[in-house]
Parts: sequence; structure tokens; C-alpha cells
Amino acid sequence: MIEMQDIWKTYANGTHALRGVSVLIEKNEFVYLVGPSGAGKSTFMKLIYREEVPSKGQISVNGFNIGKLKPRKIPFVRRNIGVIFQDFRLLPKLTAYENVAFAMEVIETPRRLIRKRTMEVLELVGLKGKHASLPAQLSGGEQQRVGIARAIVNNPAVIIADEPTGNLDPETSWDIMNLLEEINFRGTTIVMATHNRDIVNKLRKRVIAIEDGIIARDEARGEYGYEI
Amino acid sequence: MVMRFSTILRHFREGAKNIIRNGWMSFASISSIVISLFILGVFLLLALNVNNLANQIESQVQVKVYLQLGVEQSKIEELHNAIANMPEVRSVQFISKADGLELLRVSLGEDGKELLEGFDETTNPLPDSFTVEVIEPQTISFVANKIKAINEADATVPITNVKYGQGTVETLFKFTTAVRNIGLIIVAGLALTAMFLISNTIKVTILARRREIAIMKLVGATNHFIRWPFFIEGALIGIIGSSITAAILLVLYQQLVQMTQFELGLMMIKLVTIQDAGWMISGILFAIGTLIGIWGSTISVRKYLKV
Repeated sequence: MIEMQDIWKTYANGTHALRGVSVLIEKNEFVYLVGPSGAGKSTFMKLIYREEVPSKGQISVNGFNIGKLKPRKIPFVRRNIGVIFQDFRLLPKLTAYENVAFAMEVIETPRRLIRKRTMEVLELVGLKGKHASLPAQLSGGEQQRVGIARAIVNNPAVIIADEPTGNLDPETSWDIMNLLEEINFRGTTIVMATHNRDIVNKLRKRVIAIEDGIIARDEARGEYGYEI
Repeated sequence: MVMRFSTILRHFREGAKNIIRNGWMSFASISSIVISLFILGVFLLLALNVNNLANQIESQVQVKVYLQLGVEQSKIEELHNAIANMPEVRSVQFISKADGLELLRVSLGEDGKELLEGFDETTNPLPDSFTVEVIEPQTISFVANKIKAINEADATVPITNVKYGQGTVETLFKFTTAVRNIGLIIVAGLALTAMFLISNTIKVTILARRREIAIMKLVGATNHFIRWPFFIEGALIGIIGSSITAAILLVLYQQLVQMTQFELGLMMIKLVTIQDAGWMISGILFAIGTLIGIWGSTISVRKYLKV
């Protein structure tokens, strides 16, 4: 599903974010990405959804060679990838329904399909009665559910989650994790960057630790492994 | 690339919705269009009137020949032919005293009615006259002197007065040309300023929506798809702004024309009528407003699509 071969990423200011990363993530895997801040986790994920291009090396996602993609083709590759952020990144003037439907609209889904699918996904994330609420009227956990609904509404093959529980209290975080696990059970590959030691140690998955731009550790049912 | 009809509808719906959703930003854009175009419109009208005035003044470069009271019809015809046969003369128009009164009535308009009320055929104080237009304004004094010579050679001395733009013709032409050129420069400068101001405001409104554009890109919208609603929004803002401007400007101008008709009429000056200027001014404002709206939004969106 995701394959990186000797990926290097150097930013214009000279920062070496990644220094020779090779990794293979199979379809339907659930991967935690751990490591200190600034170690390269964000860059790792941005390369997958083609927000950044590698300075060196090969990366393929869902069969597409991401590094060599023509700009014109980028939107179509992104439709296979759902992204979830720590700060939710919802459009504040759109309702929960509109925020989710927006992701379908902009890839030109016929209207009759949009309504059905959007309601279906809102129900899946547990926001059935909240579809008409604006983000400001929702709790943090509910806003993240909208974010997740938006990420999965187009049935992506991969979900990239950048600290999805970073702004949430422990209880809400577990609700979100249960939701992500269910999405994973339904066949979606998930790559999740996190600093949440409790979640990583209790909900055991593959752990990839990035330190100083290289993969320091890659364990099938790993632990968080850092003292806070 | 063929766009589906439902997609086109969506772009229009989205473009219109965005104007309402981003109420204050739209208000700012529309206001800046209205203000800039209003100033431009005022100067356009001013330039139009100055040009019109220059034309009027130029066309007034003519010889007025006033006759004695009670000159014979045959003598009038004789004089008419003599003047019309001069090679420098373009046209001679006989204006009877009745015609003269009528012309005065028209040029003074509603307000002049009272003033001219007491005059009819018998009490008409105006003399018969000729209006002589020359082909070259420079020959005007020559023609005037020729007419005077005819008068002096005639024993009945039928002409009381010969008036023309005494030697000021060339100065006048230099002046009108200068006024026209300056007007053109000011209007061009204002149009550029308006474009800059408006596109800047639109740039700011789109800057405030980087987030929206970023999310659209993230979920896989094509650049093409992202650009359309902004394009339509820009056009709509331009259309709304220029319509408001044209309406305000023309209503105010109509008032001005009516209010000043009498006073300016006394000075033999006539403002360009709204019938003559309205469509042209509206057309220019509309075209500039719409183009700037589209241009401003297209440029600004393009900038943020290159992420």
C-alpha cells in the first residue's frame, strides 16, 4: 500500500527532515508513528499525501509513484487518501453535514449520492442528530468526528492521522480510537502519528519510531517507548 | 475539458453563496468597487462635459449677423446669397426673430418660461439674424470683414452688427485640446487606480480563505474546480458593485442636470443629457467592474493554488 525506498527530504532552509527512510506498509495495517517533535513524523506523512515531494528516493502509494506525479494528477491520487488533523481543520461557516458533503462535492460526486453517503458516514461516526450544527457548536470530540467523517466519506484506501487525539481529553480520545479501529476493520489502512503513550501501549499495533530523520524502531506490536 | 451541467450549477450556487457567507469581505470588496468606480464615473462625466463644452465653444466660432428691424424679404435673400457664395463659408442660416425667441425658450427650459412669458410675436425684442459658419475657424475675421464691406456698400445699411470670436480663436483651440488631453489622462489614471484598489481588496478576501482552498486541495479537488466559484464570485461582486455605482451616479447626475439647466442655460452652456451619457457611462463602469472582479479573484486564487 505504502512503500518508501531510501527517502531523503531536505528543506530549503537546510533542515534534513528525513535521512534515508525505507519502509513498507501493507494494505489494512494500522501503524503508529512515534518519536520526538521535529524528528520527521510530519514530513513522513506529508510525503504520503503529496504535500511534500522527496528530495531523493522512491515513494509509492496505492500503486502510484508519488514522487514522479504530474501536478495535474495529484488531485486524483489524493482522493485515495483521507487526512485527519490535530486541529480538525473544519470550515467554520459550514455545518457538520456541509463540511462532510464538501469533500464529495469537490470531486464532482452526483448530488443524489452525496446526501445518502454523507448521512451514512455521519451516522457511522456517531453524529446522526448533529448534522445541522456548526463546528463552534460542537465539542472537540464531535469536531474530530466530523473531521474523520470527511476523511472517510470518499472511501479512501489510506487514512493519515496527524495526532488526532492531541487536542482531546483521555475519554474522548478513546472514543476516537475506537472509531479509527472500526474504520481499520472495514479495510482502510491507517497511519497515525501520536504522542499518546497510553493509547499506543494499550491498543497494541505496529509502531514505527522516527528519530532524527531515520527509523529507529519498527515493531509489529510495539510500545510507545518514550518517557514523557 | 467538458464540465457536467450539475457542476456548472454548483459553481454558480457556490459563487453566490460565498458572497453571502463571507458577508463582510464581500461588503468590503463591493464598497471598494463602488467608491473607486464612483470617482472614476464622476471624472468620466466631467470629461464628457468638458469635451462637449469644447465642441460647443468650437461650434460657436461663427459669425453672427444682426439685421435692422423691418428689412425687406428681398434684401434678406440678397444678403443670404451674397454671404453663402463666399468660398470660405460653410453655411448660412437665417434665423427670424420668431425662431430666435423659440431657440431662447428651449435653451432656458422650464425655469425660463416665466422670464419669457410676456413676449409674443408683436413684442418680440429680438432682431432677425444670420448665423454664418466658416470652413476654417482661422478665416473668421476675414469673412466678418467681407460681410461688413457688403453692408457699407449698401445704401440702406441693413446690418446693425457683425459679431465673431474676435481674434481669440487660436487660443481657444489650444485650450480645448489641452483640456481634452488632461481629461483623458486623469480618467486613465483613475481607471488604473480603481483596478489596483479593487483587485487588492479581492486579494485580501481570498487570503482570508486560504484554509478553504487548502482543504479543497487536500480532499482532491482539481485546481480547475477550485478556481470556478471564485471566478464567478469575482464577476458577481463586480457586477453588483458597478450596478450600484451606475445607479447612484446617474440619479445624482440627473438631479444636477435638472438643477443647473436654467443657470447654465443663461450662459448658453448645456450639460450632456443623461440620455446621451447614461448608457455609455453604465457600460464603461460595468465592463471595468466585472473585468476587475474576475481578474482580481483569478490572480489571487492562482497564487494559492501553487502550493
